[in-house]
Amino acid sequence: MSKVIEGIKYADSHEWVKVEGNVGIIGISDYAQHSLGDIVYVDLPSEGEEISKGEEFGAVESVKAASDLYSPVSGTIIEINSALESEPELINQNAYENWIIKVELADPSELDSLLDAAAYEKICE
Amino acid sequence: MKYYDKLIFEISRPGRVGYSLPKNWSTDNGQQSTDKPDGSLSIVNCQLSIPKVLLRETPAELPEVSELDVVRHYTNVSNKNFGVETGFYPLGSCTMKYNPKINEEIAHHPAFSGLHPLQSEESVQGALAIYYHTARALSELTGLADFTLTPFAGAHGELTGLMVMRQYHLLRGDTKRTRVIVPDSAHGTNPASAAVCGLEIVEVKSTANGTVDTNDLKGLLDDTIAGIMMTNPNTLGIYETQVVEIARLVHEAGGLLYYDGANLNPMLGASRPGDMGFDIMHINLHKTFSTPHGGGGPGSGPVGVAAHLVDCLPNPRVTFADGKYKVESGKMKDESCGRVAAFMGNFGVVMKAYTYILSLGKGIKHVGPIATLNANYVKESLRDAYYLPVDTVCKHEFVFDGLADKSTGVTTLDIAKRLLDYGYHAPTIYFPLLFHQSIMIEPTETESKETLDDFIDIMHRVAEEALSDPDMVKSAPHTTPVRRLDETTAAKNPLLKYRDLI
Repeated sequence: MSKVIEGIKYADSHEWVKVEGNVGIIGISDYAQHSLGDIVYVDLPSEGEEISKGEEFGAVESVKAASDLYSPVSGTIIEINSALESEPELINQNAYENWIIKVELADPSELDSLLDAAAYEKICE
Repeated sequence: MKYYDKLIFEISRPGRVGYSLPKNWSTDNGQQSTDKPDGSLSIVNCQLSIPKVLLRETPAELPEVSELDVVRHYTNVSNKNFGVETGFYPLGSCTMKYNPKINEEIAHHPAFSGLHPLQSEESVQGALAIYYHTARALSELTGLADFTLTPFAGAHGELTGLMVMRQYHLLRGDTKRTRVIVPDSAHGTNPASAAVCGLEIVEVKSTANGTVDTNDLKGLLDDTIAGIMMTNPNTLGIYETQVVEIARLVHEAGGLLYYDGANLNPMLGASRPGDMGFDIMHINLHKTFSTPHGGGGPGSGPVGVAAHLVDCLPNPRVTFADGKYKVESGKMKDESCGRVAAFMGNFGVVMKAYTYILSLGKGIKHVGPIATLNANYVKESLRDAYYLPVDTVCKHEFVFDGLADKSTGVTTLDIAKRLLDYGYHAPTIYFPLLFHQSIMIEPTETESKETLDDFIDIMHRVAEEALSDPDMVKSAPHTTPVRRLDETTAAKNPLLKYRDLI
């Protein structure tokens, strides 16, 4: 079964965010990678782009479907995980270690509206 | 059947000839010859009239094969096809009905197939009459005022229809309306067409039974909404029972209703989009009107509009007055949304659709009801073995969410692959996206009860195999020329050229 880990926040659109200082590290959940199947492409944004909560920032494509990525927080993209360009399957291997973007948080209070591990696990049932 | 996998280039042998052209009239020393005695231009003179930069210097690498080699090659290759003439093709959302042979016969009549698009109006009155009367017939069947038959396919029709929608608002000086509402269950082409048309997409949610959530819709309607795109029945094959209310809400907010004709088949002869309140629609002639899909021929996506939008249709239009058909754009130039093709669309496809309409005659009233009956028969016969997420009377198609018993881990993909072993084309899978294991089945009205019963038996057998021998189903297909493909590698490292394989 798909895995949910403690200590990070989740969006109901299946992205997770881990906070380190003023930076939010964003990826997709294990449930999302499992539902998508083998991921063959990750459409990454550019560093320096401004994004707002709920806005689309990229997409993941599997053999089954293409799925948009929605940012769980607002802020500026300070880093992208460029390893995913050549090895998108890293997300299938470990969805929580292989983050997609890092965002400098514009409004840390937005995190309060996201789900904790227990609440997210419920919506995946 | 012996598996044949050669390219025609692989059976080529230098110097082998299938057909030789008559000698040209060039002189032996390569000098320019005089013109032929009958006064026509010689081949050499034709060549001399082509600028040198455009003339090939090395011979084209064409395959060198005998006539028999060519005939065997293409016969063997064609035997690898699966089509509606090979077997049952329950591909949901695609309306894979039989394409009657009389359609081809009429469309290939030399009086029509030999026409040139630049011929004078007076010399193509018959073709224009067919164009005009096909538009009248589609108007009658859909309850809309007029049609353009020019768009080349469904997606082109969607774009054209949205251009009409945009033009209507612009003509009224209403420049704020740049957003289009699309249900979350919609065909992917809807948001794509809207984006190509420069419109912004707003998603409206579905209720638990898959229809548009009118409460969610109310919150989205304002003076920036150009209109809503709907498919009725929707992509789950379910009739939008609130459509009259939705039309009222959207019209009151100043928007227009667009009908995606992809699912028109169950409505044919039973119900009309114009009567439901739709202002604009496209029709996929290659679905509902029995013309071939994809590799069998080009598509055609006529666009129909209600009376208040007729002048916004693309130019040119075919009109009829004083006993003469005309191709006109002049007087409607200012109101028209523009031009969407160089000429008048895929006329051969229009002829096939017109032939279908005339050959069915009043029988066309049975198309929708029988398509609906067939789909419900298959659905009710299989609901014990497959999970039916929306339990209601469907129209022409329905969606299962995988097996009823998923305990052995057999997925929709495995079921689709296993069906190939039994000689069926697979249903549509993993669409719509509302469920994780969608299997979408559309039998169409052209299948007999015996064909449907055979398919139902096989679907039951596959469901039993999923429990008794899951590994065999997970590794299907076993009897096809090509076994299960590695789709991940194919997507990540595609080999697109023949030379990459050798």
